[in-house]
Amino acid sequence: MDGRKNIKIALNIATLLVTAVFLYWGDSVLSPFQKRILNLAAIFVILGASMNLVVGFTGMFSLGHSGFMCVGAYTAAILTMSPESKELIYYMEPIVPWLKNIEWPIIPATIMGGIIAAVFGILVGFPALRLRDDYLAIATLGFAEIIRIIVTNTISITNGALGLKNIPSEKSLLFYWSFCIITIIILKNLINSSWGYAFKAIRDNEIAAEAMGVSVFKHKMLSFTIGAFFAGIAGALMAFLITSIDPTMFRFLFTFQILLIVVLGGMGSLTGSVIAGIIITIAMEWLRFVERPMTILGMDIPGIPGMRMVIFAILLLVVVLFYRQGLMGTKEFNWDWLLDKLGLARNRERGIS
Amino acid sequence: MSAGKILSTDSITMKFGGLTAVSELSLDIYAGEIIGLIGPNGAGKTTAFNMITGVYEPTKGKIYFKGQDITGMRPDLITKAGISRTFQNIRLFNSMTVLENVMISKHVRLKANPLDAVLRLPRYIKARREHYEECMELLRQVELDDVAHEMAAALPYGKQRRLEIARALATQPSLLLLDEPAAGMNPQESLELMDFIRQIREQFNLTILMIEHHMEVVMGICERITVLDYGVTIAQGTPTEIQNNPRVIEAYLGAVESNA
Repeated sequence: MDGRKNIKIALNIATLLVTAVFLYWGDSVLSPFQKRILNLAAIFVILGASMNLVVGFTGMFSLGHSGFMCVGAYTAAILTMSPESKELIYYMEPIVPWLKNIEWPIIPATIMGGIIAAVFGILVGFPALRLRDDYLAIATLGFAEIIRIIVTNTISITNGALGLKNIPSEKSLLFYWSFCIITIIILKNLINSSWGYAFKAIRDNEIAAEAMGVSVFKHKMLSFTIGAFFAGIAGALMAFLITSIDPTMFRFLFTFQILLIVVLGGMGSLTGSVIAGIIITIAMEWLRFVERPMTILGMDIPGIPGMRMVIFAILLLVVVLFYRQGLMGTKEFNWDWLLDKLGLARNRERGIS
Repeated sequence: MSAGKILSTDSITMKFGGLTAVSELSLDIYAGEIIGLIGPNGAGKTTAFNMITGVYEPTKGKIYFKGQDITGMRPDLITKAGISRTFQNIRLFNSMTVLENVMISKHVRLKANPLDAVLRLPRYIKARREHYEECMELLRQVELDDVAHEMAAALPYGKQRRLEIARALATQPSLLLLDEPAAGMNPQESLELMDFIRQIREQFNLTILMIEHHMEVVMGICERITVLDYGVTIAQGTPTEIQNNPRVIEAYLGAVESNA
């Protein structure tokens, strides 16, 4: 067993090193467009994985992810913009004085984006998590809209519907993927821990979980807040990637896109969310051609904006109807599986982490 | 086994709208006893269990556990206080293995926080290893250690029932509530179950309150029996007294005579 364990540790380190080298190399070789798509993929992986924690692992059908993302994005943007550009952009109403001269570096601002989103998570979760299933979905959806409307109307803080521009830009693969990899490691460790099993117990059978002494509400809050935290981180990263944000970006459609990643990858599989996050992001770019004017069989079809979302909606329907477990079901990638495939001797004894 | 009242319900009543599911139920259970709760379908037995374990708050009356008032306490806190239960319709965590099902009960006792777990700090690893050993030992005691790493959903019915009891035992209760543990079992399996219940009572120093329809099990194992009919307590006493009680015979339409 120890031999296997050492091999696995070595493989983990090797994978991290190879990834680091690839990111470093990619930063200097890839075109800005390619890098942008890969960075977007990192953000979607974080979003998918964190939503999976809430929806797939804890079994709470929450649709508030875009709201928490919005909070994270605005927090990070306001904290990092220079006082000069704030003066320039807030022309409807000047920004409140206590935020005017703040100019943080982007990494602490990103983490702060997560923290503020987590605070909103607690505020929303406290009333909403007493609900279940569809009722919870409706309530969280409503809260996400409320957050968006608050952001639209607190003009002296968020600049309202005009949005924010000139957010400091960050383009390196290393930055986004470091956040992504750390998120995945944290979520993986959490899910494989005692708390992860408690989450799954609540998903499998809430009444039995309670009878085992698990405080259902406390654990739901924990899962929901962690989900909100990482949604906030992803929102902050999004702000640095596209450098201009406005409230309409964070509409329900965005949550739908994340839900697509969770369902396609498999509810209850982090590996699935990672794979689906990357595939969907790349497909999203690749499918841009369907929105351009084209000629099919001699017929001229004008470009239809939003056609991509139609394709994704159909994809979601097909997955839900015919392939409900998604790409991975509840399975995870692990080295044991790969080593077995490679025909290495298997030691049957299994530990628990 | 120490003497002394472990659970007492002081005329608890549960009303759902106009329906009185349980009316003025008074139970006194002493440490080490095996008590039966019987009655025709819909008599309010499971409702009584749900009140004791905190799923429902009684409309009226008080419940005392080891002298402490636990009326209306949250189910998870009641479990921590030392009352554990199984369910009439098996409620296992189906996406987990047998061992993981049992280990959930240790989660509550874990002296670490989520951050320790994420960072895999020694404090967490050590506590978890101890719980692992404890749970494997428990599975050995109830003879489920050979299937410890199987998925709970894949177990045969009898073993699922046994796992439910094992999972309840893992919370280290002093009072165990069994809701129809012999449901769906053949006579041979019922006999084994009776032995098993007696065995765990000795081994874990338990007091047991059970709902059961199989009269041979109830009469064979329980020291005292309470009979409910339409929520009303119609008889309390030893198995022999219950078997000869005309009101009980009436409630069961003579079924007790032919069964017992």
